[in-house]
Amino acid sequence: MSMNKVLEKKLLEPLSGNHAVAYAVRDCDVDVISAYPITPQTTIVEKLAEFVASGELDAEFLHVESEHSALSAAIGAAASGARAFTATSSQGLALMYEVLFIASGMRIPMVMALVTRALSAPINIWNDHSDLMASQDTGWIQLVSTNNQEAYDFIIIGYKLSEREDVMLPVMVALDGYIQSHTIEPVQLEDPEIVRKFVPKKKRPVTLDPEKPVSFGTLGDPDWYYEFKIQQVEALERAYQAYKEVSSEFSQYFGRSYEPFQILYGEDSDAILVVLGAHTGTFLKAVEMARREGMKIGLGVIRMLRPFPPEVSKYLSQYSFIGVADKAINFGSASGSYLTNDIATSLYLEGASSRITTYIYGIGGRPVKIEDALYVVRHLWRISKRLEEVPKKPVFVGVRY
Amino acid sequence: MKKPGVKDLYIGAVIINPPTSLTNKTGSWRVIRPVIDQDRCIRCRICWAYCPDAAILELDQPYEAGGKKYSITYVVNYDYCKGCGICAAECPVKAIKMIPEVEKL
Repeated sequence: MSMNKVLEKKLLEPLSGNHAVAYAVRDCDVDVISAYPITPQTTIVEKLAEFVASGELDAEFLHVESEHSALSAAIGAAASGARAFTATSSQGLALMYEVLFIASGMRIPMVMALVTRALSAPINIWNDHSDLMASQDTGWIQLVSTNNQEAYDFIIIGYKLSEREDVMLPVMVALDGYIQSHTIEPVQLEDPEIVRKFVPKKKRPVTLDPEKPVSFGTLGDPDWYYEFKIQQVEALERAYQAYKEVSSEFSQYFGRSYEPFQILYGEDSDAILVVLGAHTGTFLKAVEMARREGMKIGLGVIRMLRPFPPEVSKYLSQYSFIGVADKAINFGSASGSYLTNDIATSLYLEGASSRITTYIYGIGGRPVKIEDALYVVRHLWRISKRLEEVPKKPVFVGVRY
Repeated sequence: MKKPGVKDLYIGAVIINPPTSLTNKTGSWRVIRPVIDQDRCIRCRICWAYCPDAAILELDQPYEAGGKKYSITYVVNYDYCKGCGICAAECPVKAIKMIPEVEKL
């Protein structure tokens, strides 16, 4: 979108990522918010509590005693037909763990904001992707924003996607702790009336209703459980195409759209570095600096982590060398990185023979400076020029030995 | 008959046509059965209240025992009683005995 058009709208607001999320929740006219405070998520629900108190948002705000209850209450609200929201981080998400599977298994449409943060121990309130990555197998759709505008947009897209009859799955929208959650950026807010037109509230065919009783959360014995799981598999597969349709409609409404997987500077590159989350901007800057030095490296940005976009392997299989920058450690796994495990598997299934180098960075909030990102890009370039061997283990960027 | 499959079942294991639990006769799980001694029973309703499966039925059926007249009678619904024995344990006058379903287990 041209700058002129943006200015015409006159709705650019300086907002932290957390406040951008709260505004999106308000604009989607959410009915029930249940949450428990945890750093760095807290200011999302603080802002929402203000909206509810001032009457700006007509919603029930449930103060619960734990994150386990926060998600359980949101599931109950959503099962009754309400539009529900919760938000959490790190230990809070870990405490929700069993309930995450219940939300997806019960096919509950709802949105949760995950403000990413490292997991204990040792206690660490700073940002990395340990919580996001450890929850990728819970049956949720996961959208990962790279800036505060995307955090705002993904909440709106999330409700539309989640409530589609061919999807009916919970959506997690990730934004990076502090780097987004507490950093102010210009965000284009949309007219709430138009947002509500984009995500209209529709009566769902089956909800908890005393007039027409149904049972949610039933027993699925060995004779039945399997079939419901395959329904989930198919719904998550459909969510990919559904996301593309929702994103395209979002673009018609608001002029912005996000591919599940985007390649920048791909055409003439010798290797692609795959990233996700808020450090995308840092790595993009490094790629552009390196390109000025003649190192032809491209950037691949994953915005949809679950379902894993099929085009990742389609695009990446064209390159002999791939770098994967992961802000989480997958302890003891084949590659040591969640992202590499997914990318390597998808490439292998595609029949590709691309070589992957894993870069672990930013663990526990370790600052990622432009030099660190440049180190990664230059290292990957040397590999692509066969000046360096492809390491079998992850490169732990910036660690002290 | 082929059981419903992935395409037939309502998503999320939501039961949209209750009460399907009535078709699941859990009485077949039982290995010991509660038997109410109607002459001892004082109609206190404790077994009815404690039964976790609502398998104690309160019938509008008069009964005379030990010179006393009662307007109601408690009986066990053996279609759903799992034989947990809570009624026998809670009965204040020991009017419920748990009898093995099979002679020798």
